[in-house]
This record gives sequence, structure tokens and C-alpha cells, in this order.
Amino acid sequence: MSHHIVDLTDVRFNYPDGTEALKGISFRILHGESVGIAGANGMGKTTLLLNLSGQLIPTKGEISVGEVTLSKQTKQEIRKKVGVVFQRTDDQLFMTTVYEDVAFGPINLGLSEEKVKERVKTALEMVNCIHLMNRPPHRLSEGQKRSVAIATVMAMDPDILIMDEPASNLDPKSRRQLINLLRGFKHTKIIASHDLDLILNVCERCIIIKDGQVAADGPAEEILSDENLLEDNSLELPLSRQYTRT
Amino acid sequence: MKFETEFFNIGYLDTLSYRDTFVHRLDPRIKITVSFIFILFVVSFPKYELSALIPFFLYPVFLLSVGNIPFNAIAKKILFVSPFAVFIGMFNPLLDTNILLAPFGVPVTGGWVSFLSILVKFILTVSTALLLIAITSFPGICEALERLKLPKVFVLQLLFLYRYLFVLLDVALRMLRAREARSFGKKGKEIKTFIKLISVLLVRSVERAERIYQAMLSRGFNGEIRVLKRHTLRVSDLLFGVAAVALFYFFRRVDVVNFLGETVSGYLR
Amino acid sequence: MHMADALLSPAVGGALWAGTLGTIILSAKKLSAKMDDKLIPLMGVLGAFIFAGQMINFTIPGTGSSGHIGGGMLLAILLGPYPAFLVIASVLMIQALFFADGGLLALGANIWNLGIYPCFIAYPLIYRALVGHSKSPKMITLASILSVVVALQLGALSVVLETKLSGITELPLSTFLALMQPIHLAIGLIEGFVTAGVVIYVRSLRPDIVEDLEGVKSVAAGGSIKKVFIGMAILAVITGGAFSWFASAHPDGLEWSIEKIYGKPEVPVQENPIRENLSKLQEKTAILPDYALPSKGGEENAENPPAPWPAVDPGTSLSGIIGGLMVLALIILFGFGIKLMNRNKAKM
Repeated sequence: MSHHIVDLTDVRFNYPDGTEALKGISFRILHGESVGIAGANGMGKTTLLLNLSGQLIPTKGEISVGEVTLSKQTKQEIRKKVGVVFQRTDDQLFMTTVYEDVAFGPINLGLSEEKVKERVKTALEMVNCIHLMNRPPHRLSEGQKRSVAIATVMAMDPDILIMDEPASNLDPKSRRQLINLLRGFKHTKIIASHDLDLILNVCERCIIIKDGQVAADGPAEEILSDENLLEDNSLELPLSRQYTRT
Repeated sequence: MKFETEFFNIGYLDTLSYRDTFVHRLDPRIKITVSFIFILFVVSFPKYELSALIPFFLYPVFLLSVGNIPFNAIAKKILFVSPFAVFIGMFNPLLDTNILLAPFGVPVTGGWVSFLSILVKFILTVSTALLLIAITSFPGICEALERLKLPKVFVLQLLFLYRYLFVLLDVALRMLRAREARSFGKKGKEIKTFIKLISVLLVRSVERAERIYQAMLSRGFNGEIRVLKRHTLRVSDLLFGVAAVALFYFFRRVDVVNFLGETVSGYLR
Repeated sequence: MHMADALLSPAVGGALWAGTLGTIILSAKKLSAKMDDKLIPLMGVLGAFIFAGQMINFTIPGTGSSGHIGGGMLLAILLGPYPAFLVIASVLMIQALFFADGGLLALGANIWNLGIYPCFIAYPLIYRALVGHSKSPKMITLASILSVVVALQLGALSVVLETKLSGITELPLSTFLALMQPIHLAIGLIEGFVTAGVVIYVRSLRPDIVEDLEGVKSVAAGGSIKKVFIGMAILAVITGGAFSWFASAHPDGLEWSIEKIYGKPEVPVQENPIRENLSKLQEKTAILPDYALPSKGGEENAENPPAPWPAVDPGTSLSGIIGGLMVLALIILFGFGIKLMNRNKAKM
């Protein structure tokens, strides 16, 4: 993993129907940082992630990952560095066995069959799902699917891990396992979530998005303790913070 | 609700197909080929043949018992799909009234013999098809089809169909439940509502396909998908195949039942 | 309605499989040539959609009974003939395996009956011809109903012909037709109406689905459909002809055993040593040694046996029943034995 810096400079994005989803976003994420992206629905979180992962190209402004600026031509290259875990696991696991899903990325990277096997085993071990290797995805629990989805991305050895609502639909135990897993990853992490407690547990930094712009950017501890700031952005204190009041 | 039972049924057979027994481990190509040849032999019997068909039960019984497949599951399904064959075959006893046999002096018409023959053939062929999927996972069948030289495009979309079958069945089930909660008697099941329901399901399906495509792209998809080859043809597979087909051929050419019957009735007299 | 294995003869089933396989290979080739990458997941998901959609029922106006969609025409409209045919084949394959809908041999016939007519006849010659790129709901509805009705009529007719040619059922042609065609006319009217409704409504929700996919399919369509259809028809005739020629080489169709049992002077019993030995054994033990050469049957057989069992023969019937029961009992015991072994293994 080389030192890849994610740089956004005044990024704007408009959807084909005219909606201005991103209205000038700038921030910089250094190698190994873990950043939580919070914000109410419809504020631009998902659009931001789609831009970061190269699925959408900014209408104006620039995104660069490492030294590469995102454009139509560099899309594929960016995708190799950035691993995205989607919100809906069923969209991410589209093969008929876990092995094949996790192997999909490495195969497309052009690795040899031996190397592919190696990557798959390592990735599955990383998420404690090696015993599920030959299972078909429709026979996995939601938590297992989520872990396997992460493995499908990790097998490509990305520099940056982007996740959209990773804990949604997980039962408490699976959620806790996920949090521990993410804390163990040394990759750069960008996690969009409504689960502010998760962001608090996993991320050092937090960026709040409101109306397509950055409303706050700072240490997660600070931002997620600032009640007024959070309420201004249609959020509230993480649950774990709420009980320290009386 | 009928939907739920059918959903459960597919799920059940699907679960069975991932078990591990001797017949489960056989190469899918062999299983498909042998089953197909079995069916060809069975339906090649002329319409009045009945007793010679009986030895053929050995194959489905073998698969069922060695594969540890619950008898009831298969029996219920056979019963469920029998109406069409029964309906068509039912005309035989009505139209074919030539007396063909008279066991114990009771006259039996050709129509009844051919009707029974149809039923027996039906049970043999349908049970074999069900048992095939019960002892071979669907991806296994797809892998076999590709190696039997069916076009890759066809096999790939088959795999996707299978993958998303349960997902979409779940979505449809939830839509049905929502409709049920707001319908009263027949109201709510009219065609207009149905058209809207199906259209929404269609749009959601297409949107899902688009998201899947995006997920594929994000993992470097460049047009080629590889189907994992999980089976290698072993000697035991080939031996099984050859033995099975030889047995079928033997049963087809030699009327074992009559032979046995003759022998026994010979000793009885 | 689906064909069943038990009503098919190997010749008819085989011929239709040949036709279906040929069409699958052809459709796949046409597809691969200029395919859009996202077509494969789309085809798979739409196949799952059709499957799931068939589980949702609606009440048929006027009758009170419930019905469900077939979906072949809808697929053809959305995807174009070649991809649609492959999807239809896939859905039927899943149904054949998981639901025993029809059977493995009949699968070829079912794919043909339910796939060829909507995709390669009704869609290009009726729907496309009438609708073109028009958005008129009236035109779409009319074209849809007409196409589906024609496709289903042809499909139902095929089922009748296939059953008749197989010769297993006594049902006279006219009765069968009188049953099948009107029912499928009614089904066709309704399904046509529903198909049109879906196309129109989906267009209102997401016009690009109906139009964009038209782009996909005009890319995949390529050459003239008519030429393709003629080619397939020739293929089907050739394979059908080849099979019936093969079948006719054996005078009683594939009724080998009858000839051998009832014997003609020139029957080459020598070619099958097992047969020879067993028939010798049979002669020694049988009470009715004439089993092999029934007296009155002999001359009839030499010409053209009207029915396989030439005479009412209480002896043979009895041995058939006794033998049948014995063999059945043996097989069932065999099965139980294995199941017991499995249970004991599981306990340990």
C-alpha cells in the first residue's frame, strides 16, 4: 500500500435532470486516515461516495487519488485503488458461491490462478469467513453477506476502502463484529453512515455534509459531541453520548 | 398462501442439492447424461408396455436413498404436477376398449393398460428430473452445461437468474403481502392493480441489474466472467455412468419382470 | 400448457431438442457478436423477474378464477428476440428442474413451443411491424394482444401435434384441438392485454427501460429475422426427418422388444447372447413355452401387428403381475436398506 492521498478540490456534481447534488466540496484525506461522512438523507452523502469511487465524474472540480485525477479515461485505474462496499449486499455478491465472488476482482486484475486462490483465502480469513468459501450467497445471513462483501473488495488489495452504511440491517452482534473488523484495518477508510456511534467507534475524523457542501470537518470526538452543530445539520448526538447528560 | 409454499419448495430442493453424499459428489455431466438417457429409454417403450418398465424404478430409488432425499418431498411434487398427464391419459381408457388381457379372468382393456403405462412413465421421468436437481446444485448443472459445450452466454445468464431468483421471489412475496393487507376478497387482485404491481417489480428488477453492473465494474469487470470448474471427471464417475446405462439397456432389451414371473409361476404349478 | 415426458416419444422429443439447441446456439452467437456488457446480468435478473412475476396472481374478469402471466412476449418486447429466447429457455429450465414442470425430454419441446413463436414469429412479424417506434397505447395494446394470441395458438397447436405424433395418447386430434385452442385464445387475449399494460406503465415510470433496451436489441438483432426463421425451420424439418427415418427403420417404431419376444424367423437372436441364453432358460422354465411364439399371433406378427400383445393370454398377464410385484418389492427393499444404512451412519 503506497501513500495515497485523496484530494477533493471544489467538487460539484449535477444529475442529468438538473439536480445540484454537490455544490463545491473540498477536503483532503491522508493515507491511513479513517473518516466518517455523516449527514441527513438527501444531503449528498451517496453522491459524494459515487464520485469518490469513480462511478460518477464530477461536473466541475477535481478528485484525485494518489497522483491520478478522476476522469473518464482514468476511471478504471482509480477503481483499482478504491474498494467500494455498497449498502445492499445482494448487489455486491452476484456470483453463485462466495469463492467466486471474492475471486472476481483478483481475476479481473489479471492474476494467476494460484495468486487468485491466495488472495481469496487471505481476504476471507481477514473477515473470519473462510468456512463459508463454498456457500452460495443466498444461504448467508445478512452479517455474513456484509463480511463477504468486504472480502470481495479486500481481495483486490485496495488502498482506500469506501463503505456506504456498513452496519445497516445488522443484528447487534454482527454490528459489533463489523466495528472490530474495521478498527483492525489499516487502510484509508471513508465510511458514510447514519450510525453515529459506529463513526465514533471506527473513525478519527468526521465530515458532515449538508446541502451538497461540507458543513463541518474535524476530529470525530469533537464534532460528534457538539450537540448544536449536530442539530443544525438535522442530526443528533450519538446514542452513547446521550446518556451522559442528565 | 400458494406463493409461500412454492417459494419454500424451491428453497427446500435447493438446500438438499448442497448436501454431501456419493451421488451428490458424482460429476454433474455424468448425472445429466445418465438421467437424460434414462428418460429416453423409458419413453421409448411402446404404449402398451407396463411390466417391463418396473425395473427402471431402480434408478430413482437409488438416487433417492443414497442421496438421502426425503421420499415425501418428491412424492408430493409428483402428485402436484400429475393433473396434466392424468387428464390427457384419461382419454385412453375411454377410447381404447379392445380387451388386451384377462388376469384372473378379469378383462382389462388396452386403454387402461396404456393409461397405466403413461402414469408409470410419468412417475419415472418426473421423479428423475426432481432427483437430478436434488442431488446436483444448480451451479453444478450450469458448470456441466458449459463443459458440455452449451454457449457461455447462455450459461452465464442462467447463473445470474439462479442467483437472483430467491432475491426477487422475496421481493415479490413482500409485494404480495402488502397487497394482501390492503385487499378484501377479490378487490385488489384486479388486473389493473396487477399491472401496476408487475411493472413496479420490473422497474425494480432493472434497477437492481444496473446496480449489479456497477458493482461488477467497480471490481474491474471488463466483459469476461469465468465459471469456476469445480468438478473433474473421475474414474468412479465414468464407471457409474457406464454401469447405469448398461443396466438401462439391459432392462430395455430384456423383460426381466416377465422372466421372473414365468419362473415363479413355473415353480408354483 | 407444458408437454410432459410421458406423452412424448423419443423421436419427437429428440427432434424438438435438436431444434431448440440449435436456436440457443444461434441466439447466443448473435448476442456475443455485438453485445452490451450489462446485458448478461440484465437477462438473468429479468429471468428471475419473470419467474417471480408468475407467482403473483390476478383474478380474470368475468370468471373469478386466477391467472398469471407467461411473460414470453414481454421479454421479446423488452430485450429483442435473441436474448428473450435465451431467457425463456432459462426460466423453463428452472421450472423443469425445481418444479418437474414437464420433464427433461419435454423441456426441448416446451422451450420451442413457448419461445420460438413469441420471439421469432409474433414479435418481429406482428408486434414490431405494427408498433415500430410508436408510443400510442392503442397500437401497443392491439399489437400486443394480436402477437400473444398468435404465439399461444401456435404453441398450443404444437403441443397437440407433438402429442399426436408421439402416439402415446388416444385422444383424437379434433377433440384435443377443440380443448386447447379456445382456452389458449382466452389466455392470449388476457396476457396480451396485461403485457401491453406493463409496457405502457413501465414507459411512464422509466421510459429509458423500454427505449434504451430497444437500442440494445437493435444492436443484437443484426441480420434479417426471416432468414433466421427459415433456417431454423429447415433445421427442424431435417432433424425431424432424420429421426423418423431412423425410427421407421424399425418397423414398429422403437418397439424393439416386441419383435424380439414374438419373434420372426429372421430375428437375429444371435446378436444378443444374453437374450439368447435367457430365452433358452425361459423356454425351459415357462409353463407357456409358446410365450415366445404364440400360435395365432405368429402369422399376424409376420405382417403387421396391430397391437403389441396379439392375444388375450391369461398366462402372460399373470406372470407380468407376479414378476412386476416381485421386482417392485425388491427395489423398494433395496431403497429402504440404503436409507437404513444412512440413518445408522448418521447416528454414529
